[in-house]
Amino acid sequence: MIPAAFDYVRAGSADEVLAALVEHGDDAKILAGGMSLLPLMKLRLATPSVLIDVGRVRDLAYLNDAGDHIAIGALTRHRELETSELLSRECGVLQAVAAEVGDNQVRHRGTIGGSTAHGDPASDLPAVLLALDATCVVRGPSGERTIPAAEFFLGFLETALAPDELLVEIQVPKTGATGFAYQKFNRRAQDWAIVGALAVCNGTTRVALVNMGTTPIRARGVEEALASGSSAAEAAGRAAEGTEAPSDLNATPGYREHLARVLVRRALEAAGA
Amino acid sequence: MTVNGHDQRHDVEPRTLLVQFLRETCDLTGTKVGCDTSSCGACTVLVDGESVKSCTMLAAQADGAAITTIEGLATNGEQHAVQRAFTEHHGLQCGYCTAGMVLAAVSFLEENPNPTEAEVRLGLEGNLCRCTGYHNIVQAVLAAAGAK
Ligand SMILES: Cc1cc2nc3c(=O)[nH]c(=O)nc-3n(C[C@H](O)[C@H](O)[C@H](O)COP(=O)(O)OP(=O)(O)OC[C@H]3O[C@@H](n4cnc5c(N)ncnc54)[C@H](O)[C@@H]3O)c2cc1C
Ligand code: FES
Ligand code: FES
Repeated sequence: MIPAAFDYVRAGSADEVLAALVEHGDDAKILAGGMSLLPLMKLRLATPSVLIDVGRVRDLAYLNDAGDHIAIGALTRHRELETSELLSRECGVLQAVAAEVGDNQVRHRGTIGGSTAHGDPASDLPAVLLALDATCVVRGPSGERTIPAAEFFLGFLETALAPDELLVEIQVPKTGATGFAYQKFNRRAQDWAIVGALAVCNGTTRVALVNMGTTPIRARGVEEALASGSSAAEAAGRAAEGTEAPSDLNATPGYREHLARVLVRRALEAAGA
Repeated sequence: MTVNGHDQRHDVEPRTLLVQFLRETCDLTGTKVGCDTSSCGACTVLVDGESVKSCTMLAAQADGAAITTIEGLATNGEQHAVQRAFTEHHGLQCGYCTAGMVLAAVSFLEENPNPTEAEVRLGLEGNLCRCTGYHNIVQAVLAAAGAK
């Protein structure tokens, strides 16, 4: 399968990306690792007429200690997250979840920026950004703005990014040695989660769900129940509250709701909630 | 780019996939297309030493990179340790997945030279084999790790 024809533009810097976005407008798509976009283009579910390859803007690939948070360049690859000493010290949860994304080949190419900008509710990393209240830094023709993760994911493959904006950085609060657990349920090792449940315990407990709606979501019912003293098992019973689980080849909504309750309980117990 | 150490300069259509470029332009047909949907790993090659699914990368993205395919793994006619281990441990039956499996294993062992059996299985999760049931493949990779 070959993608539909397109023009290829290679950007050498963030400024060149922005200029190309202005020039080509809505017809253009950014190509980062290509691990989500190229499969869609091969199936002709996406047919951009211009691809702006940002893969060589390597100054957007970094993991920096920025005091209370870690600043992560949008082009940082899953593999770099998975093997980062800084993350293992300061934000083990992001490192552990990055290691769960796809397979080695996918992690060698795919980027945190692509995973975030794609807006797929079945992706793993957005759940971490949501649970930790991370911040997305985006750059457009009129400068930079920041978007909290809670306001970034708007719908299925839909985010707060404007068509002429580039996601440049993700700021993830340090968690230190926090208890956390990610429970990912899938049928084949390399696949996306049919349902995923992330628990992070840092005084309060935050719970995020993967593939239980059109966006990654927080399990607020579970968080409230825990805050008012419920046991992990009781709180997990509320995991499906407020969700809109999708129906597909793998699972019905009802089965997903069941999975959410079971996976949240396991995640809470493993995280020490 | 270089492929197996040789310079390859060609004009290609932007939509040319790396696997197409290797098979059709460079005439290196050792790299196979299995699923064509990024799932099976049969098309795995090394891009600057790291395993990548060449059906999910544009040739243009690999511009300037050093590519290694199964044809380039042996040095001076001497098979790579992973190739030898696949032969000795009968790590293949029909052979369709083998080129991708071997290159995925080479990349994996570069990153994790002393893996456990469980790590080998996880490290090869992106490669499917419809024949062997994986047992001999895993034994071969463990043997190659031990042989180094
Ligand atoms: C076999 C396979 C298995 C996978 N399994 C999983 C899995 O288990 N869990 C999981 O979470 N993901 C999985 N993925 C997806 C993978 O994580 C992708 O790497 C990721 O979703 C996209 O990152 P990318 O850099 O490849 O982005 P691309 O595919 O290049 O881009 C994706 C989208 O984001 C846009 N974009 C990219 N970067 C930017 C930017 N900086 N600014 C603005 N827009 C941008 C693009 O225009 C495009 O619309 C899998 C992929 C494959 C092929
Ligand atoms: S042919 Fe590329 S992953 Fe199957
Ligand atoms: S040996 Fe036949 S697919 Fe693996």
